[in-house]
Amino acid sequence: MTVESEVSAESGPRFLTKEMRKKIEEITGRYPTRRSAIMPSLFLAQEEYGYLCDEVLLEVAEALGVPEVWVYEIATFYTMFNTTPVGRFHIKLCTNVSCLLLEAGSLLSHLEKRLGIARGETTGDGLFTLSVVECLGSCDTAPVMQINKTYYETLSAEGIDQILEELKARPADGGREGAPA
Amino acid sequence: MLHDADRIFTNLYGLSDWRLRGARKRGDWDGTKAILEKGRDWIVEEIKESGLRGRGGAGFPAGMKWSFMPKESDGRPHYLVVNADEGEPGTCKDREIIRHDPHKLLEGALLAGFAMGANTAYIYIRGEFHAEAQRLQVAIDEARKAGLIGGNACKSGWDFEIYLHHGAGAYVCGEETALLESLEGNKGQPRMKPPFPANAGLYGCPTTVTNVETVAVAPEILRRGADWFASLGRPKNTGTKLFCISGHVNLPCTVEEEMGVPLRELIEKHAGGVRGGWDNLMAVIPGGCSTPLIPKSVCDNVLMDFDSLREVQSGLGTAAVIVMDKSTDIVRAIARFSKFYKHESCGQCTPCREGTGWLWRMMEKLVEGDARIEDIDMIEEVTRQIEGHTICALGDAAAWPIQGLIRHFRPELERRIGIHDLTITAPAGGYDEDIPEDISEAV
Repeated sequence: MTVESEVSAESGPRFLTKEMRKKIEEITGRYPTRRSAIMPSLFLAQEEYGYLCDEVLLEVAEALGVPEVWVYEIATFYTMFNTTPVGRFHIKLCTNVSCLLLEAGSLLSHLEKRLGIARGETTGDGLFTLSVVECLGSCDTAPVMQINKTYYETLSAEGIDQILEELKARPADGGREGAPA
Repeated sequence: MLHDADRIFTNLYGLSDWRLRGARKRGDWDGTKAILEKGRDWIVEEIKESGLRGRGGAGFPAGMKWSFMPKESDGRPHYLVVNADEGEPGTCKDREIIRHDPHKLLEGALLAGFAMGANTAYIYIRGEFHAEAQRLQVAIDEARKAGLIGGNACKSGWDFEIYLHHGAGAYVCGEETALLESLEGNKGQPRMKPPFPANAGLYGCPTTVTNVETVAVAPEILRRGADWFASLGRPKNTGTKLFCISGHVNLPCTVEEEMGVPLRELIEKHAGGVRGGWDNLMAVIPGGCSTPLIPKSVCDNVLMDFDSLREVQSGLGTAAVIVMDKSTDIVRAIARFSKFYKHESCGQCTPCREGTGWLWRMMEKLVEGDARIEDIDMIEEVTRQIEGHTICALGDAAAWPIQGLIRHFRPELERRIGIHDLTITAPAGGYDEDIPEDISEAV
């Protein structure tokens, strides 16, 4: 981490804007300790950049005044934080049992075939990342997937095709991976 | 069957307005001040008498849990933490409450918080629920604007703030002490108990963690009386409950029913019956993936409540009913749960961290029958070595579905092993008797 710290110290903060820092300060007001604000702050950064590179983690640690390792362990423990880049549309397909019983397995194969990638990969044009996730908590409308923040429920292969077409046609500013702080 | 007049979640399907105006029309925030004026002891007693048991899975008596909070503050603040980290596979009830009846949750939080001497509540909502969290935030803002929460909440003289905190996709954070760790900004790894959260919880202060549904039913109980709630259901298993029915049914749904409703009635009246008819049923997981499955012979007559399901060596859990018809590859389904637990183990306790991986790899072999008959007993033994030997119940939860499978479907496991053995062609000259411990490795 030391090398990266130097890099960040030399080049100055590059990722957290003034507005984001202000927002982070606002968030810390909700908790008695600044450490509690790590998760919301990371969501804030991920919302902006799509994933969390090491420099972002360092800047979050610096903004909160907490050790870098505290931020790093949060970013790597929780599955919703991306530590590697993801596509503009991050497809998260549930394959837990309620969905599996209703053919989520064949929907996964369908998605892989349609996108030409395997689970965990991103398409060459950077448009789609395909992830397999655990239960999304919408079991009565299985099978379910989430793309960025939106749930798509009672899926079928035809439905998926339609959704993919719609997303491909969407203008470039339409939605990013991440969560509200 | 539950009468409409006894229904608590009257907007479960989001057919009417979820915002404050609509919620008030349905009776929420009605006479909240008068309830607060009766005092915190009265509230706790009333919840105790109603027989309400926690709706998050463990079924601990809610009133008793609330009463564990210190009566007087020793200078430390008290906290109420609402567990909205709904992630038990099969469960989708809290989501319906949050997006269609958020004010029930907020009013409940005020009443529960007041009864515990808490001025602050955190609602820990799972990160994937973006839309739900947005709605809940709108509801919080409008309740604050209307003076229902915030300083001098409902003009009762009690200050009460509610904050939302987003989880980030860790199932283990549904465990109460892991949730507290996560709220404090740490990895979600459960704590040893004691000390219990009521003595030293969030930031080392007295804390009670409670499920969304438990909190959301509280206002209605306090308005209509403990006797009303206790008259529903069966003794020690009182009231109404949200059931989530998924899998091989004609109309998967979430529905409010009386506790102790027969499983068959629940599935046939509300979920359109099992796909292909009742006789096409193979097994049901009655309470989310942590509860052992029950085969059709048990499903025929079992009642859906904590004690009835315990009698058949399963549990009500979160009341997430996963229905599996005869087309199901039951071993594959349970193996999927094993993979889930392996993925979600936080890695803190060795029996769980290593054991869940073991279980998953062995279950994958059993799916193909690529195992020995003795392996069935061995995997059972491994589950016994995990169960009860970990800090939190995730280890137990990984063990139970497999124990249920072996209990009820051992012949199926043996059949697969038999078929797999038949497909093995013996090498020329026969097997080398010394080497292949595991016969599958000889192929």
